[in-house]
Amino acid sequence: MSQPTYREIVVNGLWKQNTGVVQLLGLCPLLAISTSVVNALSLGLATTLVMAASNGAISLIRNLVPKEIRIAVFILIIAALVTAIQLAMNAFVHPLYLVLGIFIPLITTNCIVLARTEAFASKNRFMHSVADGLMMGIGLTFILVILGAMRELIGKGTLLSGIDLVFGTAANHWVLHVLPDYKGFLLAVLPPGAFFALGILIAGKNWLDQRAAKTQSNRSISIVPHAE
Amino acid sequence: MAFVSTPTSVSAVMLKVLFALVPAIAVYQLYFGPAILVSIVLASVTAIVAEALMLRLRGFPIRPFLLDGSALVTAWLLALSMPPLAPWWLIVLATLFAIVVAKHLYGGLGNNLFNPAMVGYAVMLISFPAQMTQWPTLTTLAQAHLSFADTLHYIFSGTLPVSLKLDALTMATPLDTLRTQLLLGRGVSDISNMPVFGYVGGKGGEFLALAYLAGGAYLLQQRLISWHIPVAFIAALSLLALGFHAYDAARYATPWFQLASGGAMLGAFFIATDPVTGATTPKGKIIFGAGIGLLVFVIRTWGGYPDGVAFAVLILNMCVPLIDAYTQPRVFGHGERKS
Repeated sequence: MSQPTYREIVVNGLWKQNTGVVQLLGLCPLLAISTSVVNALSLGLATTLVMAASNGAISLIRNLVPKEIRIAVFILIIAALVTAIQLAMNAFVHPLYLVLGIFIPLITTNCIVLARTEAFASKNRFMHSVADGLMMGIGLTFILVILGAMRELIGKGTLLSGIDLVFGTAANHWVLHVLPDYKGFLLAVLPPGAFFALGILIAGKNWLDQRAAKTQSNRSISIVPHAE
Repeated sequence: MAFVSTPTSVSAVMLKVLFALVPAIAVYQLYFGPAILVSIVLASVTAIVAEALMLRLRGFPIRPFLLDGSALVTAWLLALSMPPLAPWWLIVLATLFAIVVAKHLYGGLGNNLFNPAMVGYAVMLISFPAQMTQWPTLTTLAQAHLSFADTLHYIFSGTLPVSLKLDALTMATPLDTLRTQLLLGRGVSDISNMPVFGYVGGKGGEFLALAYLAGGAYLLQQRLISWHIPVAFIAALSLLALGFHAYDAARYATPWFQLASGGAMLGAFFIATDPVTGATTPKGKIIFGAGIGLLVFVIRTWGGYPDGVAFAVLILNMCVPLIDAYTQPRVFGHGERKS
């Protein structure tokens, strides 16, 4: 198998194979945590860190692990990394750790992490694998943050609420009250809102792709008469 | 003659459905004031604008689809389901959600999975429980003497004439009262002497139920709906109510009360009978209607919301593909049952 270029890794991770709106992997935390920008960004970054580290670690041992037991070994490595991140969050951003709760340890079972280690890291070189984990993670974080922003804005009329969980009470005035005196649209914060918002994002991505494909084909058609 | 009947267009059907709603609107207006007319106008305008916009976005011809009237039916049913003194944005938002999301994003008329009016209602009930549970009752309205200008002013600005308070205008609905008073340990017969109750159901509401029944009878007579869904709905609801009432008359309301309260009649004849989102086979329609009746009773009696028609309809909408698949009539000469 030929090694993909870094450019391909970046394009796949951020757009073409985006975990959130194309592969639709790891939807449980995506839908459950994206109630606000701060939650979404925190879980996205934690997942990115785990993905980059686990991809790198598994790429290093890819030729040593017997094929039959590779999944168990992968999960073990991922679980160890997640535990490290969980302990670190507990120590340094304890309030956020309490908010994200079970979804931090659940990164272990997030199928996107295992999918990338199995599909990419177990076949590719170390640096490529780290880059793939990083890009896939950033792609996921990107979608998570957009979802979080949509839901927080429509649901509560604010952005960045809960930022004090990360930077302490001094950060309270960073919260943007975009829509002052807003009554709140509870549905956006509830689970159905997550599904609606994700559906809209997927539709938007498909629309952009179709439009791009159309201009591409228009261009190629317009070339043909000149070639005659 | 069955084979030479003239094809009825969607718009003719929808016009008759709107016509069948007129008696109910008249009764509503008579008892609960002109606010319902404002709601209907608001919902209709929003529905037509949203429908035209969505048709344009989806690349459909606007005129023929807009003239089919299905958006208007959704708007009217929604307006009749919402609290009459709801602020204008609540009605507009509910209608937008019904038309844009529940109807067009799910594929437009003929493809939508869920009853649009009930989606709009349920979304508002979940998102704005405070505004969605402010129902004026006959007694409070009679004391308030709210003029048409006052009503309009309240719907659009949210402020009442100085002499009035919203708390004085709205009260718990009969179904709500029944629930809370039962929780306080009072018996059904004791509760139904409270001023909010009339002869068998809520005061005024029971006549509204009769008007819906009349409209439903017209729809049946015109063969716009078949008897299966309403009859199964009403039978399931009343049989359950009858059984539980017979078991413990102090804790379970009479079947009459169940039928005459809340959205039971509106649901049975106008909402559950939606041809797009309901079951299509005769046997399936009976299962569909009975399922809604069952769930309405369950939600009203043990659920967290006072009335369950919207949720019951939406849940059974979800079951429709399954119901239809299992009740497909056997094609003559094929797949004979082994005996």
